[in-house]
Amino acid sequence: MNVLQKQLATQNYLILDGAMGTMLFALGLAQGGAPELWNVEHPERIQEVHRRYIEAGSQVVLTNSFGGTRYRLKLHDLQDRVYELNKAAAENARQAADAAPHPVLVAGSMGPTGELLEPLGNMTFADCRAAFAEQTRGLADGGVDILWIETMSHLDEVRAAVEGARLVCSLPIAATLSFDTNGRTMMGVTAKQAITTMREWKLAAVGANCGNNLPDTMAAIAAMRAVDREMPLIAKANAGVPRWGSNSALEYDGTPAVMAGYAYHVHQMGAQLIGACCGSSPETIRAMTAALKGEIPVVQLVMPVGAGGGTAVNSPPPPRSRKRQRP
Amino acid sequence: MSDEEEIILAELSREELYELMHEDLYDGYAAEIEAEVHEALSRGYTPYEILTDGLVAGMDIVGIDFRDGILFVPEVLMAAKAMKAGMAILRPLLAETGAPRIGKMVIGTVKGDIHDIGKNLVGMMMEGAGFEVIDLGINNSVDKYLNAIKEHEPDILGMSALLTTTMPYMRVVIRALKDEGIRQDIIVLVGGAPLNEAFAEDIEADAYCRDAAVAVETAKKFMMIKQNNSKQ
Repeated sequence: MNVLQKQLATQNYLILDGAMGTMLFALGLAQGGAPELWNVEHPERIQEVHRRYIEAGSQVVLTNSFGGTRYRLKLHDLQDRVYELNKAAAENARQAADAAPHPVLVAGSMGPTGELLEPLGNMTFADCRAAFAEQTRGLADGGVDILWIETMSHLDEVRAAVEGARLVCSLPIAATLSFDTNGRTMMGVTAKQAITTMREWKLAAVGANCGNNLPDTMAAIAAMRAVDREMPLIAKANAGVPRWGSNSALEYDGTPAVMAGYAYHVHQMGAQLIGACCGSSPETIRAMTAALKGEIPVVQLVMPVGAGGGTAVNSPPPPRSRKRQRP
Repeated sequence: MSDEEEIILAELSREELYELMHEDLYDGYAAEIEAEVHEALSRGYTPYEILTDGLVAGMDIVGIDFRDGILFVPEVLMAAKAMKAGMAILRPLLAETGAPRIGKMVIGTVKGDIHDIGKNLVGMMMEGAGFEVIDLGINNSVDKYLNAIKEHEPDILGMSALLTTTMPYMRVVIRALKDEGIRQDIIVLVGGAPLNEAFAEDIEADAYCRDAAVAVETAKKFMMIKQNNSKQ
């Protein structure tokens, strides 16, 4: 029994955390700055973000290592510090988790490399796998309980991350994709394809994060649950959709009340690991926690018509019959 | 046409050859596109006709199906690679024959932003539509944009941002274009996941493009307006 199963044996859902990047910018991270560098330059600020999510109810916190592969760190000329920055990220979350009044799991966040695998791009599968292995080494040595592959769009890159992680350690692995393009991932993966493929990899949990809107994330969860009755499912949606507001500032339409409604409904649909992504804050998580505990009334979510609606997850448009076999 | 039938390029009519190019672009077959371009050239078709009736018309179909959610990024990237293989043969010939220019675009992701899959896709689809594209890559400062505009004199500037924290930099670039007195000379298209029309309007870009297919449609529309204006 892995750590997730142990936790889920005593309660039927776990509250995840919310956005990290959004919080760091509020704490003064410069535009274009590397969030991962703050793991060593401002560890107290990273720990503070974790602490605030834990206070709001989070039972799983994700490390500040989303862009922690050498491919992403290279853009900040930090590619030689992969191990150090990931280990520090894990230690920061570990510190906050161990000081928490309730049990908190530390999940080592692993985001996309940002590169395309061959033949679409220039990254080989072996290089991709090695990059995730390198990141895993730091996270594992820093003391994470579970590895958390997230915001993926290409199943081959998920597989590279899973294989890379398993070269290094035997920690349980969770993986989520971002369903942000007509109800599929950017690379065209449906929720059904995602779970059908990933369940073969013996993951601890799978699901959807980030995404384009709440309906698409919820539709993805429903589609996954229809395929697999057992797999713990993760829903970690953005706080609604970003809108350029009237006061020339970015606003998310997923208010804490809306996100509380989403938490309740997505749990009804079968998600057991429930949190929020871009645009969310500890307030969001606090409202979601209260809704799941039944402490506050739950708003009925009105699904916007034509905003993706999630229908594409279940019924993708038929491909054109243009395919011609080569002689 | 049966699936098993062997295709002999030399036996195809003009329309059949172009239709085959459309299908092979759709399927991302680069080597086949090269063979078909060579076949068309050997028949004496002009490079410009092969470009427009073969490659650009074929990429139009890809663009429509991408926009409609039938094709996704992997298929579009493979189609764009096949298109590029054909363009590599045609480009020097187009220059020699003085074929009409469709348009030129400078494109780049703004400062602080390192995401480039969407931007690359726009660049490839624009090339697919026959535009000349100068790709500045990621993390571009105002100076980099301005220098590239001075050097290449593009019709269109494309800016991309995937982060809510980097999109405001687009306004900085547009303001710099105004300060330099060249804003009215260039069409500014912006795109990226967190953007919308209201933002594009607010920063005084010419248009927001939801995806690569829309970017191509919008660019063509603006080029038509520009060419009509210059004729008057």
